[in-house]
Amino acid sequence: MAKAFMIILFTGILTENFVLRQFLGICPFLGVSKKRNTAMGMSAAVIFVMVLATAVTFPINKYLLEKNGLEYLQTIVFILVIAALVQLVEIVLKKYVKPLYNALGIYLPLITTNCAVLGVVFLNLEKLAGGDPNFLAYPFSGSLVNSLGAGLGFMLAMFLFAGVRERMENCEVPKFLQGLPITLIAASLTSVSFFGFDGLVEGLFK
Amino acid sequence: MDPILLAVVIVSAIGLIAGLGLAVASKFMAVPVDEFADEIEAVLPGANCGACGFSGCSGYAAALSKGQTKDTALCAPGGNDVSKEIAKLTGLDAGEVLPSAAVVLCQGFTHNSSAKLNYIGEKSCRMANQLFGGYKECVYGCLGFGDCVNVCRYGAISICHGIARINPALCAACRMCVEACPKNLIEMLPLHTPQSAVLCKNQEKGAVTRKQCKAGCIGCMRCVKVCEFDAVHVENNCAKVDYAKCTACGKCNEVCPVKCIALIDLEKIAGAGKTGT
Repeated sequence: MAKAFMIILFTGILTENFVLRQFLGICPFLGVSKKRNTAMGMSAAVIFVMVLATAVTFPINKYLLEKNGLEYLQTIVFILVIAALVQLVEIVLKKYVKPLYNALGIYLPLITTNCAVLGVVFLNLEKLAGGDPNFLAYPFSGSLVNSLGAGLGFMLAMFLFAGVRERMENCEVPKFLQGLPITLIAASLTSVSFFGFDGLVEGLFK
Repeated sequence: MDPILLAVVIVSAIGLIAGLGLAVASKFMAVPVDEFADEIEAVLPGANCGACGFSGCSGYAAALSKGQTKDTALCAPGGNDVSKEIAKLTGLDAGEVLPSAAVVLCQGFTHNSSAKLNYIGEKSCRMANQLFGGYKECVYGCLGFGDCVNVCRYGAISICHGIARINPALCAACRMCVEACPKNLIEMLPLHTPQSAVLCKNQEKGAVTRKQCKAGCIGCMRCVKVCEFDAVHVENNCAKVDYAKCTACGKCNEVCPVKCIALIDLEKIAGAGKTGT
């Protein structure tokens, strides 16, 4: 059990990194990665929402949509549920966990229906349908662990890239590359570095 | 049931439940907004500089509205006007803001100080300071790359002949530059009264200082001897004025052989519209 979870978790963080390998959630990746602490706040919110969204949409899909043969409604139902859920969580946090609200506050509404959040939900279902043995053994908990891994991977990518961008602030960039162009080049190089993790996880947990 | 109808029913049911849940939650878990604090915040300058000691303007406004502080004179950028406005809103007595302005305590202009290395790195005082304490012979002096210029929101600081100078007419006393200077060269001086100040922080022995900078304090003690009010002392080979005791008689200023003590009348400088002290 622990082995299956470790494989799912580290696959999510490294080999299937959401930002750098699957190119999901690029807008927050480029938008809020200028400073390390804002990048961390955003990542924490993403982890939180990803796990929560999986926990809620999984039973809805299994007991409501699949039972009635309505899988084609997944997209609209998931968006609806996740958006409402994030709003609800924001209200609850504001009332009861003020420090957490202050830390996540501005980022929570930003990621209500972020592609990475919706992406992780669909990817979990896809893996189940594709017959991934680790997922088939633990459908629900495996999905949760995968969402956690995806969130942590997002955080790792954000942290690394925020560091890169902070260094770039002090560099003299040629005029035609200033701003977004050099950021995208740096992002692609960071992404290439993550392709080096191919096959690592399978080897680690044989 | 007709599959189309079923789809419609399920999606609308989920939407309805989610909507109702949100409506109920926002009603029952509404957090009362402190309107009074918002009102006070509207009066504050909004610089979020932290000179008041709270976390930005909203922090100060919240503390005032909750009665955690009764001092209306904490906002240095706002000055007396803001103090009066806060007093009007809160019903507290308006405290008087003693106006002050930041001063760079260095005279190491390019024609006074000599360089020990040719620094071609990043144009930042903080970074240059990490390399042998800067490119100047004097490791206590202003490096003139303008870390303070970058943090100043009022455009009060400029680089003049290699070192930073602050225009007291524009300075809002927010202390951002005091924090930014890696050499701790910037101090706040009162704006309403003249003040003697030592414009040097060099702690080397006199002979060494002399070689490093023409305007450096050599610790000759002449200012200490001439002072009638026990206001000037030499510590670590560098004179320091005790601002509480100084009466701004100007005697130390006259006897100083390197002219590193200045009788500074910021109000006059601000009024004359000159740049720099």
